[in-house]
Amino acid sequence: MKKFLFSILFLLFSVNAKAVVTIDITRGNLEPLPTAIADFYIENPEKFSTNINKLNLQENLPSVIKNNLSRSGLFYVIDKKAYIQDPKLSHLKPRFEDWRLIKAQIMVSGKLKIDDKGRLRVEFRLWDTVSAKEIESLALFATPTSWRRIAHIISDKIYQRLTGEEGYFDTRIIYVAESGPKTQRVKKLAIMDQDGASNKYLTLGNELVLTPRFSPDGRMVTYMSYFKNLPRVYLLNIETGIQEVVGDFPGMTFAPRFSPDGRKVIMSFARDGNSDIYTMDIESRRVEQITSHPAIDTSPSFSPDGNYITFNSDRSGIQQIYTMRADGRSVKRISRGSGLYGTPVWSPRGDLIAFTKIHKGKFYIGVMRTDGTGERLLTENFYQEAPSWSPNGRVLIFYRETAGGRDGKGAGANLWSIDITGYNEIKIKTETDASDPSWSGLLSK
Amino acid sequence: MSLANIRNFTLVVVLGFLLSACATGGKRTAEDYYTGTDTVKFLAAGVPDRVFFATNRSSLHSGAKDTLSKQAAYIKSSGITVVVEGHADERGTREYNLALGERRANSVRDYLMSQGVSASSITVISYGKERPVNPESSRLAWSQNRRAVTVKAK
Repeated sequence: MKKFLFSILFLLFSVNAKAVVTIDITRGNLEPLPTAIADFYIENPEKFSTNINKLNLQENLPSVIKNNLSRSGLFYVIDKKAYIQDPKLSHLKPRFEDWRLIKAQIMVSGKLKIDDKGRLRVEFRLWDTVSAKEIESLALFATPTSWRRIAHIISDKIYQRLTGEEGYFDTRIIYVAESGPKTQRVKKLAIMDQDGASNKYLTLGNELVLTPRFSPDGRMVTYMSYFKNLPRVYLLNIETGIQEVVGDFPGMTFAPRFSPDGRKVIMSFARDGNSDIYTMDIESRRVEQITSHPAIDTSPSFSPDGNYITFNSDRSGIQQIYTMRADGRSVKRISRGSGLYGTPVWSPRGDLIAFTKIHKGKFYIGVMRTDGTGERLLTENFYQEAPSWSPNGRVLIFYRETAGGRDGKGAGANLWSIDITGYNEIKIKTETDASDPSWSGLLSK
Repeated sequence: MSLANIRNFTLVVVLGFLLSACATGGKRTAEDYYTGTDTVKFLAAGVPDRVFFATNRSSLHSGAKDTLSKQAAYIKSSGITVVVEGHADERGTREYNLALGERRANSVRDYLMSQGVSASSITVISYGKERPVNPESSRLAWSQNRRAVTVKAK
């Protein structure tokens, strides 16, 4: 699991010029920014070994950036066949009229080099073709095999420069990979980059695993496993592979999440038909009961400041969303519309709660303010649930299931994402069927 | 839906009130539970292994209580220990369904205990919506999947 540990050295060498081009991401973006991403050029090809050449970095690295920016829905990347200027000159001395001619408002160029220590050095520049200025640049070093992370960090830099907000490309998704018939579904924990690359399985599928969630630093995962047929919440260290059960509960524990400081796991514990919410301090193992109510209390999620918890309860008779203080006081019902509400998740920005709504046989993913006002339904489908926030609070990832026909034919599960504007709904490609996604924070933070 | 399925399938419609003092309070809702014999296995001759529930409910209707009384008599006479597996249909959120399956399994456990089965011979487990018996996405399948199954402990 050493592969997860690597260092990228940053060297920021010029952040200059005022933003001329900007993107407003608070609204649905109907006119994505016309963008050109040139191939990167290689400064010292003689230092590129056969293995490094096989990576085809001069094309693949900008291609990952292109894929990231396009999928954000905010950028329209112009086909490189239309580009007039060659990659080297584009980077050193762009002829802006050439780029304006193909209607590119911004242009990305880059240079690759293998340094004396065998590290890959990637330098990129972001140009505003209208004002004919460089508006961002960055140089990074990494082991050549970590080139994808460099592409993601550059993508984040571009996103941040043009939107004024942090990006979400240098992140991972942990999810449940599904296979086999619906009645005997095999489920494994899997982890991949946010764009679907570098997929790895973390469990073998011998036991049912559900609802993995990242720790705030992305090093740990908490999830539920039916190991030895005892459904319990577990902790998994992604770097060491070490797993352990959370607490010593005499019954099912489920629906786990980390507290925003990463010190506690919050979850449900079911006993004698009743589920209440508990926390366990990971270091001291101290367990605290947060709710005590004969109804089902589950799906807890902390506010980013750790002062509040949102959760799901059927204490009114049907599933609704509530908030309370972190100590369990001041319980308030916040979902008010008709239908059932579940899986509340507090946004990392603190302003919204994402949820699943079930109404008249349809499933919706939506967002509301933390007092329950301003409910907006983003997408309707046969079955979808379990939204998880991008670290900048602009995008939700969730899973969707299709209906099973005779003998379950046609049934499937896939990951999807949608902007909280309600635009840019996209399917995320996975090797197998997939559910229960959880989005990590930015890895380079 | 096959002809056999249609024959064996009866929907019992129960009109119930949602216990709610809120915006949806007092609203009437129709719920259904499965009363057929497809998917049912037997713990012993004449002792069905499962009971079915209405949507989002864990209460036992009279037919379910009959089945559980037979199970209780069998468990006591044979001295076996059992696991009660609680299940939900696929039309709910995963985490809530885990809690609901647990509630259903305990509803069965409580009834078996009320019939004289000792607590030590029953364990419960919830599978939520993870282990449907009928993989179709239909009202019939969902009603068959909302169940608690009593199995002999290994």
